[in-house]
Amino acid sequence: MAILVNKDTRVICQGITGKSGAFHSKMCMEYGTNLVGGVVPGRGGQTFEDTGVPIFNTVHEAVAATGANASMLFVPPPFAADSILEAIDAGVELVICITEGIPVMDMVKVNAVLQDSKTRMVGPNCPGVITPGECKMGIMPGHIHTPGRIGVLSRSGTLTYSAVGQLSAVGLGQSTCVGIGGDPIIGTKFIDVLELFNNDPETDAVIMVGEIGGSAEEEACAWIKANMTKPVVGFIAGSTAPPGRRMGHAGAIVSGGQGTAEGKFAAMEDAGVHVVRNPALMGEKMKEILG
Amino acid sequence: MKIHEYQAKSILRKFGIPVPPGKAATTVDEAVAAANELGGSLWVVKSQIHAGGRGKGRFKELSTEAQLAAAGEGNPEDGVGGVLLSRSVDAVKENAETILGKTLVTKQTGPEGKLVKTVYIEGGCDIAREVYVAATLDRANNKILIMASAEGGTEIEEVAEENPDAIKRVWAEPAAGLQPWQGRQLAYAIGIEGKTVNRFAAFCMALYKCFVEMDCEMAEVNPLVITGDGAVVALDCKMSFDGNAMYRHKDVLAMRDLDEEDPAEVAAGEFGLSFIKLDGSVGCLVNGAGLAMATMDIIQFKGGSPANFLDVGGGATESQVTAAFEIITRDPSVKAILVNIFGGIMQCDVIARGIISAIENVGLKVPLIVRLAGTNAELGKKILEESGLDIIPATNLDEAADAAVRAAQA
Repeated sequence: MAILVNKDTRVICQGITGKSGAFHSKMCMEYGTNLVGGVVPGRGGQTFEDTGVPIFNTVHEAVAATGANASMLFVPPPFAADSILEAIDAGVELVICITEGIPVMDMVKVNAVLQDSKTRMVGPNCPGVITPGECKMGIMPGHIHTPGRIGVLSRSGTLTYSAVGQLSAVGLGQSTCVGIGGDPIIGTKFIDVLELFNNDPETDAVIMVGEIGGSAEEEACAWIKANMTKPVVGFIAGSTAPPGRRMGHAGAIVSGGQGTAEGKFAAMEDAGVHVVRNPALMGEKMKEILG
Repeated sequence: MKIHEYQAKSILRKFGIPVPPGKAATTVDEAVAAANELGGSLWVVKSQIHAGGRGKGRFKELSTEAQLAAAGEGNPEDGVGGVLLSRSVDAVKENAETILGKTLVTKQTGPEGKLVKTVYIEGGCDIAREVYVAATLDRANNKILIMASAEGGTEIEEVAEENPDAIKRVWAEPAAGLQPWQGRQLAYAIGIEGKTVNRFAAFCMALYKCFVEMDCEMAEVNPLVITGDGAVVALDCKMSFDGNAMYRHKDVLAMRDLDEEDPAEVAAGEFGLSFIKLDGSVGCLVNGAGLAMATMDIIQFKGGSPANFLDVGGGATESQVTAAFEIITRDPSVKAILVNIFGGIMQCDVIARGIISAIENVGLKVPLIVRLAGTNAELGKKILEESGLDIIPATNLDEAADAAVRAAQA
């Protein structure tokens, strides 16, 4: 069943009437995602444009009425933390937060609540999760994906698409592609997804794309060295980034000599990850090691 | 987002943290008036720029002899530079004249230095001891970290490298906040004694409160001074903020000093673009931060050097793309431009139209390599082809990077 999402995932969208929420909800439905409802306070009782999808005032009502077990969140940054906390309280198993620009202090609080809950959060500031041919929860272009047996995992959106595009070009399909997000505080880290891929009988190998900042890649590499039984192809973005500068993503910054691309590449090599230094060759490298 | 020392201290004051009396001045007359108003017999004239290492900085416009003369009684080893002791109002006047309008170069400013437009006149402080305290986010556990070191006045990076055990840390639980015992623990760990322990703990709690309520990214007090009678005083402060939270801090946003930032980066920001100037020759226009970094990396991997980081974002409009293109072409060191788009939400035809409209506005003087993939890529390519403009198309990133590096070196 690949990981995180599949054809049985019952999805609601928080912020379904906003510009991005509406556009991407439609794109997900076109892809085949089982979108069962939307949540917008004050719009309860309406339906989402001409789709017949019901809109609810609260996540609790939406879950009770539709049996939703996953929420895709497009709520604007000032209100996003509140919406995540609502979804956690309503017991939604998987919350995928697409919103970019949530204040860090808001996420410190959300993260603390998340620890004591049964909810898994992916993101924020992420492209989402797709299991090709089954379920797309996010903003990635569905048509570039092919069902298959390679897992893709990245902090960046367009770099995930690049990896997928390269895999599809060499004839390798994907089991699930997970964009974990470019913020300093994210709900699901590299290790969490690697563990899921390692245990997934439908995944044979993984492409992991990291970037400068923090130490999540180094921690993931230690885990890979100790536990991973499947091959991993890896790339780190940001070798050329100047220290102390934030490279687009809030989390992508080398500070005090910590979080450099070189340190992360070295950790990957030490863990036996098949490192590519040329980001155009991730797909070819995977093809080569799978023979 | 960064602010100046004098602004950071005004925020510390609001949170009840003791700072020396001081006033900012932008002219010599204001500096003299400030010294008279503050009174006393010792003042420090401090250059206000967004960079550390001011005390050991050099003014570009002054000879070494002139710097030494200005430093007066200060120790030439560490007193020469952007922070000058003054024992009379006349000395304040002289020192303000020395500093204002000059370019201060420190190890954090880069060789071009920064123009000093403001000085901060501060009353003297009775220094018995100096320690280091800072608050920041610890990304390993997503909690706010308060760290302290007995080695005040030294940059924390140096301490971390040479004597990492000297840095003591406590983490605040988000629900409970920083507790007094944690402040005391830090105090004892760095050798603070007696009645100063509780004052230090209260300071740590106030700094934490400031950090959380003001949405700081970093709040560093270095040094925190312990005076002869055991009080704590924040002698210097660097504060930076979470840009994403500034919508709820209009007062902090008003403190932004655009002169401290790169004009091209400010212009890009006005169009919602994320831009960082680098010193290479291949201009980059990319969608997505990760792909933008990877594009810079592959240019270097192919033997070239990137001129900038530029992320047009996920859903850029034609006018944003035009603006991005104009910012890149304005840089005289750019010898070739590489456009690398993997359309997701971003549609490649929008990029294509943006490029054409930019070239119509500003012309095209260097080779332009365009790689379009993903949503509406074929339509985008067709629009570029039909424009009749001299554009080098590439089918994948590898080919695009090769072509861009070759073109820049030709």
